[in-house]
Amino acid sequence: MTAASHTTIARRRRRELIAGAIVLAVLALLPLAVHDTYSRNLIIITLLFAGFAQAWNVLGGYCGQISLGHALYVGVGAYVSTMLLVRGGVPPTLGMFAGGAVAGLLALLVGWPCFRLSGHYYAIATVVVGEIGYQLFLNWDWISAAEGINIPYVRAIGDSWLWLQFRIDKLPFHILALTFLTATFLTAWWVEGSRWGFSWRAVKDDPIAARSLGVRVFRSKMAAAAISGGLTGIGGAIYAQYVGYIDPESVMNGQLSILIALPAVLGGVGTLWGPLVGAAVLIPLSELSRSYLGGSGRGTDLMIYGALIVGVALLRPQGLASLLGIRVRAPRDVAGDVAESPRAA
Amino acid sequence: MLLEVDRVSKSFGGVAANVDISFDVQQGEILGLIGPNGAGKTSLFNSIAGQVTPDRGEIRLDGARISGLGPVACVEAGIARTFQVVRSFDSMTVLENVIVGAFARARGARAATETALEVLDFTGLAARADAPAIGLTPSEKRRLEIARALATKPHLLLLDEMLTGLTPTEAQAGMQLVRDVRTRGVAIIMVEHVMEVLLPLIDRAVVLDLGRVLTQGHPADVVRDPAVIRAYLGDRYAPAA
Repeated sequence: MTAASHTTIARRRRRELIAGAIVLAVLALLPLAVHDTYSRNLIIITLLFAGFAQAWNVLGGYCGQISLGHALYVGVGAYVSTMLLVRGGVPPTLGMFAGGAVAGLLALLVGWPCFRLSGHYYAIATVVVGEIGYQLFLNWDWISAAEGINIPYVRAIGDSWLWLQFRIDKLPFHILALTFLTATFLTAWWVEGSRWGFSWRAVKDDPIAARSLGVRVFRSKMAAAAISGGLTGIGGAIYAQYVGYIDPESVMNGQLSILIALPAVLGGVGTLWGPLVGAAVLIPLSELSRSYLGGSGRGTDLMIYGALIVGVALLRPQGLASLLGIRVRAPRDVAGDVAESPRAA
Repeated sequence: MLLEVDRVSKSFGGVAANVDISFDVQQGEILGLIGPNGAGKTSLFNSIAGQVTPDRGEIRLDGARISGLGPVACVEAGIARTFQVVRSFDSMTVLENVIVGAFARARGARAATETALEVLDFTGLAARADAPAIGLTPSEKRRLEIARALATKPHLLLLDEMLTGLTPTEAQAGMQLVRDVRTRGVAIIMVEHVMEVLLPLIDRAVVLDLGRVLTQGHPADVVRDPAVIRAYLGDRYAPAA
């Protein structure tokens, strides 16, 4: 029996890795079947947000620290790489890692006071911190304040991977976004089997019990924040290069923070597949409802959005990923029903 | 001497939970910490496990001070505890719960898993390894608490009311588990306010009342002590001195 359990975990993890490889390979081949610019753009945005959601999931999901200020890290990643490019002539292929590093450090700085709060209080603090960052950037002249920055073409002619500039064909951004998603997916997969992952999940379930088993709770949260913030920052830099223009409104707004957290929440918090499934449903829905309904009845798109969230919360609190038969760690109250049923039967 | 509790006092607000408490625990000994509700047992437990810092006095493990260093340092020094109200990690499987404890010493996931599986085998939970922790029966959850604590490879295990609320059969099985743990060379402090289940199990008893040590010694002597009887049953039942 013991040997069986040992291999059960190893086999499940191997299966998840293979499934991940297949899904990512299919996503890589998607441009072969989809040719129109609108759909390709939608796919790239969806891939990026799946990556953001997975990065958020490290802190909000596995470690259970609900951050509603992740736009801060998107913005910092985007601005650091863009300012390095505009003022320092540093190629964004390097700049995005600098952006990730600064975002990760900032996440530690934010975590230092905020992790002294827990539960809802922590979530509220992250909203406030995100808003402070937004206001600061909105009024900071050195980075063009509310005007925003156009990301210039550095090279006079042609495309360049080094400078991440692609004039006509946006296909390279598909590859870039997918690489970002892959990196976040592999991080989450690694987390699930690592000491950090066990510490985080223990901290989420019961910090007092975790501490009594030798888990350094504060340090665990800080590590989760740094990894989560850092990955989000890298994604922010890629996003900036893709859209070609950033301002605080587009990369630091509080609504962006919600849009990063929602796919993971809807798809399944603290699961490997939740953020992907959530983003695949939510981002196209949000874009489509905005383009079809946004003009005629303002806010209709948001109502559909809201209805979906309420529906999932009521009918599938474990998240959408559980519909696909994917093993999902159930939240407490839901699993309580499951635990009752064998006795009832 | 494994554990020395040296004149420990602790108050919460104006309430003195522990006053000037001293006792020792030997290697491999089972010590019963008994006393009526409110005697200060759990509070003392929290001091030994590092959850609270005593106001005065010192707690030493293997001669080194551990009081005031916090729960993580206590785990590293070799003290593990269970909780009166079970605190399992409900989103994890039984095995994963125990792996969290095993990581306190193990380097790497493979080593942690091996420790966890060995402990599950020892505590009789091996068959439930892949079950979600939330689906366990109350007595299985108590076992899981012990398994998790043992996975940190302690020298001293603190059991907080682990027999309370169990059926007589389950309590018997639990007592057997405690004896088995002792054969691994682990010393145990058991808090229990139901005395009769504890007496056959323990080597020595420390009786607390109103935050102070009332008496300590062999369990059979302790229960005949008029002061103990008075503390539990009131003056009317105390034999005339």
